[in-house]
Amino acid sequence: MADVDAPIAVGSQRRTVTRYSLRFVVLGYLAVLLAVPVGVVFYRSFRHGLGPVWSSLTTADARSAIYVTLIVAVAAVVLNTIFGVGAALLLVRKQFPGRRLLDVLVDLPQAVSPIVAGLALVLVYGKFGFFGGWLQRHGIQLIFSLPGMVMATAFVSLPLVVRAVAPVLAESGDEQEQAARTLGASGWQTFRRITLPSIRDALAYGVVLSLARSLGEYGAVTVVSGHVLGKTLTVTLFIDDRLENFDTTAAYSASALLALLAMASLLVSRRLRSRTRSVA
Amino acid sequence: MLIPLGAVVWKSQSGGFANAWDQVTAPQPFAALKMTLAISALVALFNLVMGTLIAWVLVRDDFAGKAVVEFLIDLPFALPTVVAGFVLLSLYGPSTPVHVNIAFTRLAIALALLFVTLPFVVRTVEPVLIELDRDMESAAASLGARPLLIARRIVLPNIVPAMLTGTGLAFARAIGEFGSVSLLSGNLPFHTEVSAVNIYNQVQSDNTVGAAAQSTVLLMIAFLVLFGLDVLKRRSARRG
Amino acid sequence: MSINVRGVSKSFAQFKALDDVSVDIATGSLTALLGPSGSGKSTLLRVIAGLDTADAGTVSIEGRDATAVPPQRRDVGFVFQHYAPFKHMTVYDNIAFGLRVRKIPKAQIRERVAELLGLVHLEKFASRYPAQLSGGQRQRMALARALAVRPRVLLLDEPFGALDAQVRKELRVWLRRLHDEMAVTTVIVTHDQEEAMEVADEIVVLHDGRVKQVGAPHEVYDHPADEWVMGFLGPVTRFGDRVVRPHDLEISLSAETDAIPATVVRITRLGFQTRVDLDVGGVPAYAQLSRDAADRLDLEPGTAVLVRHLDWVGAGVREGGRVD
Repeated sequence: MADVDAPIAVGSQRRTVTRYSLRFVVLGYLAVLLAVPVGVVFYRSFRHGLGPVWSSLTTADARSAIYVTLIVAVAAVVLNTIFGVGAALLLVRKQFPGRRLLDVLVDLPQAVSPIVAGLALVLVYGKFGFFGGWLQRHGIQLIFSLPGMVMATAFVSLPLVVRAVAPVLAESGDEQEQAARTLGASGWQTFRRITLPSIRDALAYGVVLSLARSLGEYGAVTVVSGHVLGKTLTVTLFIDDRLENFDTTAAYSASALLALLAMASLLVSRRLRSRTRSVA
Repeated sequence: MLIPLGAVVWKSQSGGFANAWDQVTAPQPFAALKMTLAISALVALFNLVMGTLIAWVLVRDDFAGKAVVEFLIDLPFALPTVVAGFVLLSLYGPSTPVHVNIAFTRLAIALALLFVTLPFVVRTVEPVLIELDRDMESAAASLGARPLLIARRIVLPNIVPAMLTGTGLAFARAIGEFGSVSLLSGNLPFHTEVSAVNIYNQVQSDNTVGAAAQSTVLLMIAFLVLFGLDVLKRRSARRG
Repeated sequence: MSINVRGVSKSFAQFKALDDVSVDIATGSLTALLGPSGSGKSTLLRVIAGLDTADAGTVSIEGRDATAVPPQRRDVGFVFQHYAPFKHMTVYDNIAFGLRVRKIPKAQIRERVAELLGLVHLEKFASRYPAQLSGGQRQRMALARALAVRPRVLLLDEPFGALDAQVRKELRVWLRRLHDEMAVTTVIVTHDQEEAMEVADEIVVLHDGRVKQVGAPHEVYDHPADEWVMGFLGPVTRFGDRVVRPHDLEISLSAETDAIPATVVRITRLGFQTRVDLDVGGVPAYAQLSRDAADRLDLEPGTAVLVRHLDWVGAGVREGGRVD
């Protein structure tokens, strides 16, 4: 064996140098890319105290933007929860032709550019779209109004609920449900009493993720919305609007608000995720 | 809800194939497409390296504040894209406090894309690293392999599938990115205009066919990438 | 002496895995580190291999101080409990790994790997992946891999723990035969006393991070250092003021010297042995007789008998005390 008696200090020294330099590179990169920019936004927003922030966020326009965002996001999340749980159950519990296709389709919104999603909706439900004519004749307007925005938002955040719930469903297996069935429970009862509680944490996690995503959606809604200030503007679009009008204070404040919301939702979702892990 | 949306975008290539092709290869959209693909690919590759490094440090190293870093990694996921763009703009744009103004440049696009795609590789590689059987590395050590060799021949081959998946996802996300890029790059035609922005403009000017054609191209590319990754994953799964 | 361990201690957080352990392992021997879970045996093995570093104490291999030497340079072969196969490499590549690291020419590698594949009877599996092998085959591959580089010492960490009983027995015999052929100093960690006694030249009994006794299998079994070792190495039962081996108890119907009266409580036939549960003056005990001996006595629950401890080889241990 070559140099058995060679000093060992060199080896371990080299290891620590590697370790520190790796750490430095990684942390440095993250600081430059993430930490510092986010810090700057907060700094600039609150540089003059809470006052200006509060006032810029409580103008009529701002308030309506917040209001619109909330409605759209909540509606989208509700839709996603129902459809998401249904899709997850279908994917995990039932075998049917085209199951693989559904699996891929569920992930589709994550790969698709939000602009394309918005476009797709316009093409189908817009004035000249597939169903557009029919809808118009019946006086239903989806695009350029809230329902369209809800659909757009729901589309992009759909996978989140499904992907959060499906693995838990798969792992817990359907033995408990079979047991319930043999004891006489109906489908709905089984679902309510057995299935739902078992996915409760995962579902909460998916809902929080979905909500965070919906609050922050920009690309899809910008295509679908009419950008009507006070009516169909979400907070994200509001930021855009304020920037264009050089109202940087409002832009900063709204950004800080959304950033805070994003961080809060991250914290909550992490706690929920660790709970699903510990239960499993 | 999903299926009609998917199918519709395809159908919206009305006006014939030739027309659709012209729409896509018209100078401006084409330039946008080329640039988008190129920059996205570069960003994805950069993420491949950086993301793996970050995952490695997070899993194998231990230091105060690691939890904060973990938290930060997820931030681009949760942050609205327009806010992300704004955040980068405030530091590296016209009103920069550190004298770094890259607004209206291609570098800006790359930066925005790096920000948005940061979590992808990290989050796919991390769990695999955690699950990795450390005994394999010990075995290699007992057989005489130095740490660098172990990393190269033992650890790396086992995380390559995850690395590829993450990179593919990052690429797919990057080519479609809109919010953060549009804010930071100024969307100068032929220079810093991303495909997504171009599509948006087409929609605004009612050229739905052109917009649809470009969208289809993007979709196909994304689909191809994801499909290719799936194939790769399957092949490595067979090896166990 | 092949391996000398002196005063080694190691703790993991609050848990003291090894407490001032000193062991000498003779060159060419097959030594078993025997003990229950948590006794520190695996830790000791890993310290010898260099995979873990001791907090205190020294390790020398073949006369040279190896305490600060990394595993790469200690020239020890290590076989893991769960085999640690290189999942992404074929069986051939796994075995060749150590040789490739040492930059041995390809032709020589091919020869050596073929030799080892023959040794472990995996000739037909050279291009398979570990995932395609059974547990026993994987373990044989791991062994071949460790032996490929002709280590001075071979260390095995509960190598058969994850296998079926039948496969375990076969591999035990096979390992002993392999050791006899190759004469490499071998240390095997196990919690199975039967395995240790069957396979090892010398047994080191560990408990709570300390060495309890060192000796040949029959020594440790017949002359245990204390009650705990006795109980761990084999079956025990109370008799009088001592702890003895149930198969050293003789049951008779006629009076003999030293025989104590007892009542039969229960008779259980276990293949070629019969277990007789007794009540000896209010204290439960049991004896293990050969089937013939038991049948000859024609015992039934409730029969009054006389029990005597055969004092010949194993002296038994006074309760809580040392050997007589």
